Amino acid sequence: MTTQPTHPDTHTQRQLVIIGNGMVGHHAAMSFLEACGEPTGWAIHIIGEETYSAYDRVHLSEYFQGKTHADLALGTLEQYNQLGIHTHLGVAARQIDRDGKTVVLADDTRLPYDALILATGSYPFVPPIPGHDLPSCLVYRTLDDLDAIRNAASDGSVGVVIGGGLLGLEAANALKSLGLDTHVIEFAPQLMPVQLDADAGTLLRDKIQALGVQVHVNTATQSITTDEQGRTVLTFADGEPLVTDVVVFSAGIRPQDALARDAGLTMGERGGVAINNQCQTSDPAIYAVGEVALWNNAIFGLVAPGYRMAETAAAHLAGGDAAFTGADMSTKLKLLGVDVGAIGDAHARSAGAVTYRYSNERSGVYRKLVTSADGSRLLGAILVGDNSLYDTLLQYYLNDITLPKEPDSLILPSSEGVPQLGVDALPDTATLCSCLNVTKGDVVSAIDAGCCSLGEVKTETRASSGCGGCAAMLKQVVDATLEARGVEVDHSLCEHFSYTRQELFHLVQVGQIKTFDALIREHGKGLGCDICKPTVASILASCWNEGVLEPAHVKLQDTNDTFLANMQKDGTYSVVPRIAGGEITADKLIVIGEVAKEYDLYTKITGGQRVDLFGAQLHQLPEIWKRLIDAGFETGQAYGKSVRTVKSCVGSTWCRYGQQDSVGMAILLENRYKGLRAPHKLKFAVSGCTRECAEAQSKDIGVIATEHGWNLYVCGNGGMKPRHADLFATDLDDVTLIKTIDRLLMFYIKTADRLQRTARWMENLEGGLDYLKDVILNDSLQMNAELEQQMARIVDSYQCEWKAVLDDPEKLKRFRTFVNSNSADSNVVFVKEREQIRPAREEEKARLIATA
Amino acid sequence: MTANAQSHTQIHPSGTSPWVQVCSVDDLVPGSGVAALVLGQQIALFFLPGDGQLTQLQRVYALANQDPASGANVMARGLLGDINGERVVAAPLYKHHFSLETGRCLEDDTWQVPVWPARIVDGQVEIEWV
Repeated sequence: MTTQPTHPDTHTQRQLVIIGNGMVGHHAAMSFLEACGEPTGWAIHIIGEETYSAYDRVHLSEYFQGKTHADLALGTLEQYNQLGIHTHLGVAARQIDRDGKTVVLADDTRLPYDALILATGSYPFVPPIPGHDLPSCLVYRTLDDLDAIRNAASDGSVGVVIGGGLLGLEAANALKSLGLDTHVIEFAPQLMPVQLDADAGTLLRDKIQALGVQVHVNTATQSITTDEQGRTVLTFADGEPLVTDVVVFSAGIRPQDALARDAGLTMGERGGVAINNQCQTSDPAIYAVGEVALWNNAIFGLVAPGYRMAETAAAHLAGGDAAFTGADMSTKLKLLGVDVGAIGDAHARSAGAVTYRYSNERSGVYRKLVTSADGSRLLGAILVGDNSLYDTLLQYYLNDITLPKEPDSLILPSSEGVPQLGVDALPDTATLCSCLNVTKGDVVSAIDAGCCSLGEVKTETRASSGCGGCAAMLKQVVDATLEARGVEVDHSLCEHFSYTRQELFHLVQVGQIKTFDALIREHGKGLGCDICKPTVASILASCWNEGVLEPAHVKLQDTNDTFLANMQKDGTYSVVPRIAGGEITADKLIVIGEVAKEYDLYTKITGGQRVDLFGAQLHQLPEIWKRLIDAGFETGQAYGKSVRTVKSCVGSTWCRYGQQDSVGMAILLENRYKGLRAPHKLKFAVSGCTRECAEAQSKDIGVIATEHGWNLYVCGNGGMKPRHADLFATDLDDVTLIKTIDRLLMFYIKTADRLQRTARWMENLEGGLDYLKDVILNDSLQMNAELEQQMARIVDSYQCEWKAVLDDPEKLKRFRTFVNSNSADSNVVFVKEREQIRPAREEEKARLIATA
Repeated sequence: MTANAQSHTQIHPSGTSPWVQVCSVDDLVPGSGVAALVLGQQIALFFLPGDGQLTQLQRVYALANQDPASGANVMARGLLGDINGERVVAAPLYKHHFSLETGRCLEDDTWQVPVWPARIVDGQVEIEWV
């Protein structure tokens, strides 16, 4: 069936048309390209009714936390172009002409096809309650839906979600994040009746109510009307009516199957396009994948089975053999911050099933196991309040692993913490990463093929590059497999220290070690090198904050730290005075201008809102700095692996949109953390409102003003591999904001690797953002007091390094171009360009020296 | 500035010895480098003061100050260390390692910077000018 004759209207290429540019449609296109290899011999057309190209619908609610379509997008139009995929976005398919093998679009475009993949997904079911079509009644599925919700909420105060299932609670989270007083209406006696039992549903309800969301179960909405003030009123079978501004329907999904029905394909009784194991519909040239497809009389409303279908259809079309054989519908989520997990037969419907339960109302934890009659096999499970057992239980379930003799030992609290299923017990078929469908066997083969680290395995197999939920288990499997092959994972910093940076930090702190010589004598060997010396220098500075140019430390510093300036390609230096928050008086600006003019320095405004002066020779640095310090400047530490700048917008002082004084906060932060030495440079920004003019979400520490205080974003990064910062805490007051940043920075300094920016640090922390929140916000390691203390010590012992140098003739000795001559370096030659100096190129230099 | 800053390189009083006086030991920075100008040539002097009291391990090394990778005169501002027992300086711009003993580049065999024998006599640093 994969070799359809070329359609008469078209060129030599065969035509694949994919209807639907959602996650599954996108995945079908990508999987097909991968299955074919190059060149495909096919032209691919993908049709999307939305104007947006495919995006991550699973993380839709993050749109209200500041993410944009670009952040959520699965690819760009340029990428589609490069891959030779033709896109037709913002236009629906109107008809499938099976006789003519042509798809007709709403704008009358006709696309002939040799093969067609239907990936039209589903639409939200809106129950026919009177008033369901009022303008305030919306659904929650697309970015346009979210824009409509945001619009409706903009001058409202109350929001209602009709439907207490998984998607309904997601929608409630979205309404809550818009600042609405949020209600959830559920017809059934409990929340998430599909996945949870009554006890779990009750606990979930209690936890969600404690978070400020009103839950109404056993509640049937009878009508929706508009009152005299123009607000929306919900009337129920019993109970008081509810006045609201927005209603979001989330009462289930229905397959978007009208095209298929009109085309006469075989349908399920309750909708959905029937498919076989190759995902073909009753017309073998037409495949259906994702939520529109009905396999074995079931619709799969999760993304992972949709991906499996897309891969199956793609492989079959490319001539391979593949089959879709059903999918596991177990789910692990965080709903409104509450952990919920459901595995397999959670309701114990299997014959002879035996149930074990553990419930703790104080800590808000519920766990249930469903086992076979003899207690040897796991059939299902429910978790509420704590998902730490989920991965282990899922492996027992998926791989049919024999349970311990007392299965309840798995869910009872134990002093040894969470029971882990040894990775050796997993069969090779065990799926580790369900997003990318990577099994333990795939990981082992990757290692056998030469991968020697977690990073290499991730690159090779793409495991853990989807939701990332499997990261911890993946690491265990990689480590165990490497160890089994006798590979010793070497974490040594360099040949002089067989410790990681984190271990060295600990040794320095516990042993009260103050110098490199003492550390290498006690814990290392040799003289050291350009890797361990600056690393230890940074650790010593973070712990004891003695000046970096003190005699014991000076030999450890990279050249930029040694000379407190940034070396450029010709050996000259650039000079950057601190301009906290980017705020500077006219007088100070004039001083910078005068100094630049006097020493003929090249002047450039930096991205961190300060001024960089280039072209100073070593012996000029002290003179230049004397001028700057006399005018009230201090060092900007642009040379150090340390806090650089806190960028800011003008904030509420001048800006009509400003919510808080962002400049004031930026100056406060910059002055607090200036001079702090860290594993790598640190950049901050503070924005005065959600318009985010300071670009705080690309910084290590980003602060954005809200009506009530500050939202804190962490671990963002520009640079080589950009990363958007994660929202860490919301509506903090000044004091809490600073405490939180104190702890986070100190924890980073203690635990990060050498030259590891915060973004990579966070990505490599086991448990990621949630773990970090637990440590910093909930004090789970009980070290916050210590972290704050350490930071206070560093803040209190700040000194301007340049001032310290100018006060000390011994240190000044180093700032000589030659120790035995007052000459300048004759090899430093400048020419003028755009009225300023720049280093001469080799040929220019040769000419200038010859004519001199 | 120290007294030596004003004085220029001196040929040894005997007039025939190849050893040239460059600067005072006090001009050196223990565990690090400084640059000097000797007969128009830029030289990097590195001072390893020895291990604690074991002054017999004290050594001065003299290498050309020009880093072949960048062409800039910056070698004296590199970090010192050892790699597999060989004492090296890491050039500060692109971090190539050069042997203090031989001037050989560990990463690129085709680079070899000039070296001069160096010693300390009566608190003065001397190099053998050949």
